[in-house]
Amino acid sequence: MTLLDVQNLTVTFPSRQGPQQVVRNVSFMLGRERLGIVGESGSGKSQTGRAILGLTPAPGRATADTLAFDGIDLRGASAKQWRALRGARMSMVMQDPKFSLNPVMTIGRQLAEAARRVASSRAEQRERAVAMLEAVQIRDPARVMAAYPHELSGGMGQRAMIAMMLITEPDLLIADEPTSALDVTVQIEVLRILDDLVTTRGMGLIFISHDLRLVSSFCDRVLVMYAGRVVEELRATELQQAQHPYTRGLMGCLPRIDGNTRPLATLQRDEAWAL
Amino acid sequence: MSTREWLLTEQPASRRQARAGQAYRTWIAFRQNRLAMFGLGIVLVLVLVALLAPWLAPQDPIVGGSLRTERLLPPSWQHLMGTDDQARDILSRIIYGSRITLLVVALVAVIATPIGLLVGTTAGYYGGWVDTVLMRITDIFLAFPRLILALAFVAALGPGIENAIIAIAITSWPPYARLARAETLTIRAADHIDAIRLQGAHSARIIWGHVVPLCLSSVIVRVTLDMAGIILTAAGLGFLGLGAQPPQPEWGAMIAGGRRFILDHWWVATMPGLAIFVVSLGFNFLGDGLRDVLDPKARK
Amino acid sequence: MASIANEEGRRGALPALAWKIVKILASVALTFLGLLLVTFMIGRVVPVDPVLAVVGDRASQSVYNRVFIELGLDKPLYEQFWIYLQKILSGDLGVSFLTKKPIIEDIARVFPATLELATVGILIGTILGIPLGVLAAVRQGRFTDQVVRVVGLIGYSAPIFWLGLLALLVFYARLHWVAGPGRIDISYEYSITSRTGLMLWDAAMQGQWDAFRNAFSHIILPASLLGYYSLAYISRMTRSFMLAELAQEYVITARVKGVAEWRIIWVHALRNAAVPLVTVVALSYAGLLEGSVLTETVFAWPGLGQYLTNSLQNSDMNAVLGGTLVIGAIFVGLNLLSDLLYTLLDPRVRRR
Repeated sequence: MTLLDVQNLTVTFPSRQGPQQVVRNVSFMLGRERLGIVGESGSGKSQTGRAILGLTPAPGRATADTLAFDGIDLRGASAKQWRALRGARMSMVMQDPKFSLNPVMTIGRQLAEAARRVASSRAEQRERAVAMLEAVQIRDPARVMAAYPHELSGGMGQRAMIAMMLITEPDLLIADEPTSALDVTVQIEVLRILDDLVTTRGMGLIFISHDLRLVSSFCDRVLVMYAGRVVEELRATELQQAQHPYTRGLMGCLPRIDGNTRPLATLQRDEAWAL
Repeated sequence: MSTREWLLTEQPASRRQARAGQAYRTWIAFRQNRLAMFGLGIVLVLVLVALLAPWLAPQDPIVGGSLRTERLLPPSWQHLMGTDDQARDILSRIIYGSRITLLVVALVAVIATPIGLLVGTTAGYYGGWVDTVLMRITDIFLAFPRLILALAFVAALGPGIENAIIAIAITSWPPYARLARAETLTIRAADHIDAIRLQGAHSARIIWGHVVPLCLSSVIVRVTLDMAGIILTAAGLGFLGLGAQPPQPEWGAMIAGGRRFILDHWWVATMPGLAIFVVSLGFNFLGDGLRDVLDPKARK
Repeated sequence: MASIANEEGRRGALPALAWKIVKILASVALTFLGLLLVTFMIGRVVPVDPVLAVVGDRASQSVYNRVFIELGLDKPLYEQFWIYLQKILSGDLGVSFLTKKPIIEDIARVFPATLELATVGILIGTILGIPLGVLAAVRQGRFTDQVVRVVGLIGYSAPIFWLGLLALLVFYARLHWVAGPGRIDISYEYSITSRTGLMLWDAAMQGQWDAFRNAFSHIILPASLLGYYSLAYISRMTRSFMLAELAQEYVITARVKGVAEWRIIWVHALRNAAVPLVTVVALSYAGLLEGSVLTETVFAWPGLGQYLTNSLQNSDMNAVLGGTLVIGAIFVGLNLLSDLLYTLLDPRVRRR
């Protein structure tokens, strides 16, 4: 069953040198599976994720031949339609909880606000919030509810963020570098929690990262993006059979424990790939 | 290669070309801001009017006409802005008054900018207790509302245009000092300042030769933005009878003079006010546009 | 690791906050001392002989000498400053040359009028200025934004005394929409017992609604004028704070959550912008004191501003310096208040 159908998605920003396309003709289909999008910074992977949610920042513009979520055409959706979809059926976890959580609202209020989509009474919203915090393995939900974002560690903040985004049990979650701002030791923990929730609730996941190894171990399929284009699409298990020189280059950069690591490979780029 | 191409090239051949190109790009961006261009126009007109006052003014600004027949005449072709209670042509007075306004603005800028720069760069460059003391003094001056402090100074020094200018200058420098200090703090950490210091240059030389020039542009923008405030303060002092003394055609004092007649002869107080308003608006538009162009952070 | 960060920090929060407050207070005390030094120095450079101001110019040399010593003018400057300091701190600002009363009493009598005017003014400026600024930020670069910008720039450019005169001419003399100069018509002046000195407040408390209406129609014009000036500043700052907030990631988070746009703007972003806005409102409140000097002159408003200009015109230096000092002190006090409010409003500062 197709959850998300994207055909020829293009995101354009005006600039002094004329319009710049930061995402160019990206196409993919997504079911209830885990899709990874890999690329360097500036490859257009984040803008792809935002365009799917209709959050391309002004003055940018996103266009596509098809952009359909569960059969609903998202192109030219009204503000009302977007609000009905966002939060309730699709949501997104962003990189750094320091910035993505509202600094002057308690975690509890922010969770309750998200829970309004599924629970009308205050008590029920609170109940859901507590349950969701427990689901992301926060042991002392009451205290976290009363805390402000700056009082939480990065890992705790990101768990609260995940809880907030999953509280409505959406069908699609976009995770945009969800662990890049965290300490390495916490990363694994947060990823495991995310993985658990996505699998048990059977939602579709788009996992955006610059870390090829992380993505391939975590996702079913991988899109490799370079300069706004998808240069290669692979099953995570078939990574070794990558054809595109850029993907191979990325893999060559990964240090291996065995084998010859000297000299450490540097990533070669070719302007032709961007065309 | 046209001059325009030479200016806009991506690969300038010399430092001079790069600088000229940068200035030209700033000018292009500035030109697109219609309000700013409008402001620049007003300021240029002010300068021209002040320079050409004797040729532009139809009548004498100080000596009026016949007190019996030409007093408090409403605007007409004879007197475009009417006449005041001394039978003087208001338009001529306003034209000559532009000289006083320009003088105030120029002198305050010339006095306050160096003080602000000196205090700010010294505080920022040396840091430590020098910084603490200088910034504390700056804060004390900032703690007074500007007009009130100027009032107190003029009251002490005695009314008059020179004392008004001194008082406004004394109350104007603190914001420039704060700005210059903030800029200096970022410049001080730069590598090329370290390099100069290692060559054994004097602190004073480093400050005046290398730090001040780098602070100058942002301070100048700030001074331009302040011009309107300076004009308004000067007019306020004039209105209270503390600035230029009669019969000087100072705009604020002219409003005060026309105040008694406001109900029956509205033009006497209205016209000079209009002049103050238009000139301040011009400086505000100009400063606003300059900031938009020179400070990309505020452009949003 | 997976527990709330720095539990220690929270338990130790109170002393940290207290320490912060002590630091703020110390800096305020220092600034105030500076204020005193400035007014003292201004008092010293006056070309008017302070002795002659007391004894008059026909006094004999012996009287002159006696007063010279009484005023402490024979002592070194630092000692004179010390005496000045002690006098001020005990609430003695000297005696007014004009009213022959202690200046502190004069100021206490006229200050409520200014307070009332400035308060109504800041209310108008804040209630209109913040929504205008928010609107300008939301419609950035479009027509509304341009209109708000121009309205603000006009406020920055027009001399307040001139606008006041024109407003009197149009709304009082020609249209008769409002009452003219002064605080209240003479016929009502004695129907209110002055308790707080705030006429609107006193009238309302005593149920004198006719008097209230009359006082209101007197205050509305000068207060709107002052309000317009603070509106110009407040709307401009609100716009720039809101633009900064609307570009933050948490706004995207709120959109992703499906929060309604009006809620994102007026609850999420504005609540964050409110933290620095408190300072802006406090500063423009203080700025209205400055505007009141000129406005009160135009509207014959019997407040601190008029007292100051009256004293100025009669070269009553003691009163001028006393008024300047009081306004400076209020300025410092408002700055202090905004610092403290800032601390209370921002959870990041509060708990740190």
